[in-house]
Amino acid sequence: MSLEEQELDELKYKIGRNPTSTELQIVAAEWSEHCSYKSSKKHLKMLPMKGPRVINEKGYDSGVLDVGDGYVVTAHIESHNHPSAVEPYGGAATGVGGVIRDILSAGTRPIAIFDGLRFGDIEKDIHARWLFKNAVTGIADYGNCLGIPTIGGEVEFDECYENYAMVDVAAIGFGKKEHLIKNHAKKGDIVVLMGGSTGRDGIGGSQFASDSLESEDRSAVQIPDPFIEKLIIEAVLQARNDGLIHAMKDLGGGGLSCAISETADALEIGIEMDVNKVHTRESDMHPDEIMVSESQERMLIVTSIAKLKKLQEICKKFRIGCSVIGQVKSDNQVHIKKGKKTVANLAADIVANATLLDLPSKEPTYLKTIEIEKKFKPVSDYSKLLMKLIASPNIASKIWVYGQYDHEVGIRTVVKPGTDASVLRLDNGKYLSAKIDGNPKQCYINPREGAIGCFEEACRNVVCTGAKPIGMLDHLQFGNPKDPEIFWTFLESLKGLTAFAKSFEIPCVGGKVSLYNETPAGSIKPTPVIGVIGLIDKKPSVPQKISKDDCLLIIGDTKDELGGSEYFEYIHKFIGGKCPTVNFEDSKKHMKSVLNIIDKNLIKSAHDCSKGGLAIAVSEICMTNQIGCKVSLDKVPGEKLDVDRILFSESHSRYLLSFDKKNLSKIEELLKKNKVSFKQIGQFGDEKIQFIYGSKSIINLDLKKTHRIWLHALPNLVLHGKKSVQ
Amino acid sequence: MKVGVVVFPGSNCDRDMYHVLTDVFNINAEYFWHEKGLPKNIDAVILPGGFSYGDRLRAGVIAAHSPIINDVRKMAEKGIPVLGVCNGFQILVESGLLPGVLLKNESLNFMCKWTNLIVENNKTPFTNQFKLNEKIPIPIANGEGRYYVDDDTMKELKKKNQIVFRYSEVVNGSTNRIAGVCNEDGNVVGMMPHPERAVESDINPVDNKPSSLIFESLLTKMGVSK
Repeated sequence: MSLEEQELDELKYKIGRNPTSTELQIVAAEWSEHCSYKSSKKHLKMLPMKGPRVINEKGYDSGVLDVGDGYVVTAHIESHNHPSAVEPYGGAATGVGGVIRDILSAGTRPIAIFDGLRFGDIEKDIHARWLFKNAVTGIADYGNCLGIPTIGGEVEFDECYENYAMVDVAAIGFGKKEHLIKNHAKKGDIVVLMGGSTGRDGIGGSQFASDSLESEDRSAVQIPDPFIEKLIIEAVLQARNDGLIHAMKDLGGGGLSCAISETADALEIGIEMDVNKVHTRESDMHPDEIMVSESQERMLIVTSIAKLKKLQEICKKFRIGCSVIGQVKSDNQVHIKKGKKTVANLAADIVANATLLDLPSKEPTYLKTIEIEKKFKPVSDYSKLLMKLIASPNIASKIWVYGQYDHEVGIRTVVKPGTDASVLRLDNGKYLSAKIDGNPKQCYINPREGAIGCFEEACRNVVCTGAKPIGMLDHLQFGNPKDPEIFWTFLESLKGLTAFAKSFEIPCVGGKVSLYNETPAGSIKPTPVIGVIGLIDKKPSVPQKISKDDCLLIIGDTKDELGGSEYFEYIHKFIGGKCPTVNFEDSKKHMKSVLNIIDKNLIKSAHDCSKGGLAIAVSEICMTNQIGCKVSLDKVPGEKLDVDRILFSESHSRYLLSFDKKNLSKIEELLKKNKVSFKQIGQFGDEKIQFIYGSKSIINLDLKKTHRIWLHALPNLVLHGKKSVQ
Repeated sequence: MKVGVVVFPGSNCDRDMYHVLTDVFNINAEYFWHEKGLPKNIDAVILPGGFSYGDRLRAGVIAAHSPIINDVRKMAEKGIPVLGVCNGFQILVESGLLPGVLLKNESLNFMCKWTNLIVENNKTPFTNQFKLNEKIPIPIANGEGRYYVDDDTMKELKKKNQIVFRYSEVVNGSTNRIAGVCNEDGNVVGMMPHPERAVESDINPVDNKPSSLIFESLLTKMGVSK
């Protein structure tokens, strides 16, 4: 793997000579899609990135939000799709490690991990099961060992990920504003490489991730060592407390090549380094290998000679490597030597700034007919159908996954995983709520509305805990960008996200673009994953146990929007139909109203209506509260629809509120005042999940049996290959 | 009164334990790095949870050979209260201060969940405020938490009242559902669940009072009134 022909010509032109082999390796790593964002960078600028809480510093790999009282929250999202598709355990584990170091680079302690996992159809595909099982273990073994709770995420299966794996990891950090690393360096400062040794693993990883996955290049996958990462976290935070760090960057994609050139470019300095000074795992490594190795658990630190001794003492205490590999110069050059011999000497800005592309785009032809629905066989038994959906891999409880993650360590987790969004307590008495959401089924049918839907869903989840969204992370995952139709879907999703972010004044604080996600059968569906961070000033809405005679009320209209729904795709095996759209004005009114109602302490819990529609949302409330409910479908607000559409439409901006009936009039009054479409549609009690239309019974399921199936369907499938409902 | 919190490379519940001791129970606590010795004026020692040495070889086995364990052993012999939680329990078992072994959970997976403990021995420095058979809602989080002893040792444990906590349900395949044990003198206690994650009401979804009694028992033992 190396530069393309015209890129090589460009490099020769810019430096006025033929590059050395080390220079070629460095530039190939840094100009890869993974490191340079060359296809997407021009367009990413459209996202709003400023806001009253956003703190911008040069050279940060994570977003920083001011949460008041002298504290900040940092956040970042990354994926490790290519490595995880080849070696799911190591790929997923090192995905966690990388994003954690991004959080650490800002000088904040990582306090939470989220992971979004996507694989092929695990009902049919044994390989997908293997990938899923091992990715989960990889995340568990890494995050648990670090003592950072994994408190949320999502798991989804779709045929478009056959023989592939999507592993997205987001992390949140917390710290004092005064402790943020203000990256700076001056001539005479020294450059230190701290942490694990540099080996031959992950050679060329960033280029591997910037190409279609054609060969299983296992040597390009990094080897995880969470124990070293834990030691690095503690050592770095101690060095931060002692004021020993002038500038810091984690070694991720592109290894030393990217860390050195990006640091030099961002701080407008030169760096001269000697590969002989790097502590390596093997003795005979070539300079090219040392420069592009993506061995994990390494940090680049700029400090002064005066502070070096203290830094070395800290590293000695934790028994981690600490090599002085170079020094800061004033010439803005990246100068790499092996002993006295120069092996590379390039201007930092040439290396760090690949020429940005403006790729052509064209609306995909498949979209012209995608909304046309086909005729389905009439459904004879809705109880059976709902049970089948409850046992389906996308709907079934994910407790088998998050039960393997330590989600309590750090003693901040107020609202635990398994509900809408998880909530952490912060040291300033406030609470942080966060959630990541994706929906490739809808994004395939309508890339713009689908992406907006992911964004709104993540907001809804956060709002259900009583939090106001204050920041967004976007992770844009698509196929080969050189295909104009794929690039069009990327642009549409980005435009949709930008429109929503601007209208709702939620700044994008960080993100990542992952392209070339191609499987042997073709491109993946557009898979933007959106993370939303919310802040709660007072008390969070912790779900309280629902009891007999409590009321169920729905906010928002149910529309004829079943495109990309679980009902169409899982039950009828049909891809198409009308994708749900978000009406921004309604969405804002609903968010405001729900937050208002939570603030007034009028409800026991709020739950958003999303995958699987109303039928699944109600079932989830019943199962998690161990109580039945009787819902009147004829009362559900919205256009007049057939029973199956009311049950399974995935229209956005809908919330289900559960509360003591004594609060009904107050809630109704507030909603009327806010001009929100709503209706009380059910009452809790007994041990049946029931849906009626008028006086006609549509669904009647036994709560205990349904709950049992929901809980066990996923492990039964993954571990024993057994479907719980035929 | 002063409680020492021992920190090994890879400990990750040390800060949580310190917070609970100092901020919740107003106890004077101090961290001790595993290479250092413990001073004489320490009144109790806690080995917190985590992944000392990355759980390499076997959970707790490398930390059991750390220099500080010699001091912990001396203090244990003098009757000073010692509590090991999760990885701390594994270290106490590996260092021979407590009987038995901790094996991989029956599911072969790491498990993080809330469960209930039943108090079987209320004579230890960490359980003297409980009634026998009292229930404690508490979370577990471990991969190697299945307590195992052979039949003969089991008889001894019962005879000498060394079973301190049992799970109210089958959690991970532990012998006799054992969740925590003590030494013959009762001053060294090890438990797999995490009391430090259960003593504050905003993060305990059930009831934070029972687990608080573990720390209040220690205060009582030290003669510190609430």
